[in-house]
Amino acid sequence: MRKKFDVYEFKTRMKRFLFGMKFMDGFIYKLVIYLLLVSFSYIYLYPILYMLVNSFKTVDDLINPGIRWVPTAIEWENYSRAFQVLEFPQSIFDTTWYVLKVSAAATISSCIIGYGFARFKFPGKKILFGLMLATFILPSQVTMVANMIIYKRLDIMSSEWTMLLPAMTGQGLNAAIFILIFYQFYKTIPTILMESAEVDGASQFRVFRTIALPLALPSFLIVFLFSFVWYWNETFVTALYVGNAVTLPLKLQVFRASYELLFPPGTAGSELNEAIMMAGNMVTILPLLVLYFVAQRYFTESIDRTGITGE
Amino acid sequence: MIKKRIATIIKSIKQAFLNVRQFIAKYWEIISQWWFKNISPFFKKIKYALTHNFLLRIEHQKMILFSFIKIRLTRRRLHALYGFIFIFIWLVGLAIFTLYPMAYSLYLSFQEAYYNLQQGVVTTNIGFQNYINIARSSILLPLFADYIGRMVISVPLIIVFSIIISVLVNNPIKMKGIWRTIFFLPVIISTGPVLNELMAQEATSLPSLQSSAVFNYLTNSLSSWIADPLTNILNSMLMILWYAGIPILVFLAGLQKVDPALYEAASIDGASAWDRFWKITLPSIKPLISVNVVYIVVSMSLYVDAGGILDLARLHMLVGASDSSIWFGYGYAAAMAWVYFILMVIIMTIFASIFAGRKER
Repeated sequence: MRKKFDVYEFKTRMKRFLFGMKFMDGFIYKLVIYLLLVSFSYIYLYPILYMLVNSFKTVDDLINPGIRWVPTAIEWENYSRAFQVLEFPQSIFDTTWYVLKVSAAATISSCIIGYGFARFKFPGKKILFGLMLATFILPSQVTMVANMIIYKRLDIMSSEWTMLLPAMTGQGLNAAIFILIFYQFYKTIPTILMESAEVDGASQFRVFRTIALPLALPSFLIVFLFSFVWYWNETFVTALYVGNAVTLPLKLQVFRASYELLFPPGTAGSELNEAIMMAGNMVTILPLLVLYFVAQRYFTESIDRTGITGE
Repeated sequence: MIKKRIATIIKSIKQAFLNVRQFIAKYWEIISQWWFKNISPFFKKIKYALTHNFLLRIEHQKMILFSFIKIRLTRRRLHALYGFIFIFIWLVGLAIFTLYPMAYSLYLSFQEAYYNLQQGVVTTNIGFQNYINIARSSILLPLFADYIGRMVISVPLIIVFSIIISVLVNNPIKMKGIWRTIFFLPVIISTGPVLNELMAQEATSLPSLQSSAVFNYLTNSLSSWIADPLTNILNSMLMILWYAGIPILVFLAGLQKVDPALYEAASIDGASAWDRFWKITLPSIKPLISVNVVYIVVSMSLYVDAGGILDLARLHMLVGASDSSIWFGYGYAAAMAWVYFILMVIIMTIFASIFAGRKER
């Protein structure tokens, strides 16, 4: 015999389902949260989606207001032109090699400096540490005039050394954050480990090399990834000191000019349209996107490592 | 089927990374052994030579300088010495690439300075003239006003936005990692040229905002000195929100440290979700707000837009020559940068003190 449909039970069940035991675990609450998150992330990702979609559009699709998200045909021509303008296979290797060098220098220097701050007590440490953190808010524009003169004196103007030297001495881009990450990490290593090694007769450098460094590998990865991304994206200082078209983003900056050199205006089908520009943008950020999706965990973990949430 | 394939791909990638790691670990051991056998003795000899000579001699617990100044090496002194050795490279860099340039550019901002191929930098003292010129400039003043207006509106906006997002993500929801990934993505790709291009194509305004009635009403009814910055900000709204990438993660890290027992106790005492947000969640992430304010102000200020203050400073520096009447050279550029920097610090401290509020004892 079929059970009789009980309105009351159905009501309570629905209520339980929709609002949960204490509202926070009900269906409606979850739905609202997911809806909010989805809409926020749509807003957030809108420019990227726009960039991606528009980079595949043909000229007709660009003009047609009815076509917004789904192009009628995928135009690979945009990308092949962008590749040509950005001198693709070569420039990506050059940029990567240059950024690798600089970010390796930044990582190594900050791992040494962070150890110095974290492990030892010396007079004036608090002041120096405060100064170190304060360098974060100093815009490079304040020091650029004098730095230009210094680089000219050292005769390293418009070479990679202008970025390498500050990075090596812990003064590069956002170096304060990198040092802070290492500092916080070394603070978490129990000092007993190092002290016992000291008692066994290891020198401070040996303790650093054999205990602190191997333990700090995850921090290494985080700092390296971040410095890679930030140096890749840096355009102002790089353009000023190193040269006008050394990295991909800088090449993107002069995209219009170099496009006109390659495809002189006047010839058929040579106009630079937004789709090609967007393809250029996509090409520029593509290496970073790949890096991000491969090492995503390390990027999002990084904040916990800086320890700014307070201990 | 596809799921399986993706899983296998991911597995193989993970395996590859694991292999690389093992390879490095192995390699590291070999190198360290080789180092210990062949290189270390050499260094030991050098060390011996360095520590047993006329100028400097180290015997047991004593350091002897010039054979007559004797210093007892206590553990504390040794530690201080090692500390300075480790940060030595940073001290040198600080002096050369930060402190000296700062002092020099401050000095230059009171000078009329040009670069001359024969003599280097030629300076003549003109007192506060550069700053007065900035205050008189019809190009710079609106830019500075714009900058301040932009900061005043967008910093609270970003803070509120990132608090909302982090509270949302902190709920017990599925795929937390994916949401984090999405909201952190802009940090990775926001490079100057890309942002400029997106702004130029108006891809950074809120979708379908531009045709909305509110927007039109605002632009038509308000006087232009309020409406212009406002529309500017609305047009680059998404770009402004993109600065929330790191603040969201900071707040999230703070939220995850809040003891869940606190919420439970509050709800047993009858506090609603609304109450719990204002009485527990917000106070617990309050100290992080000032950190985020600093980060947001710095990262927003360092964005160089064409024709902005920073761009103009560069232009003045590069184009400035003694024979050009429009440009005022290095000194003017330095003064501009200093004014900008000081404004930035003032904005930062004001916001940080507003958000941090009174200190509870």
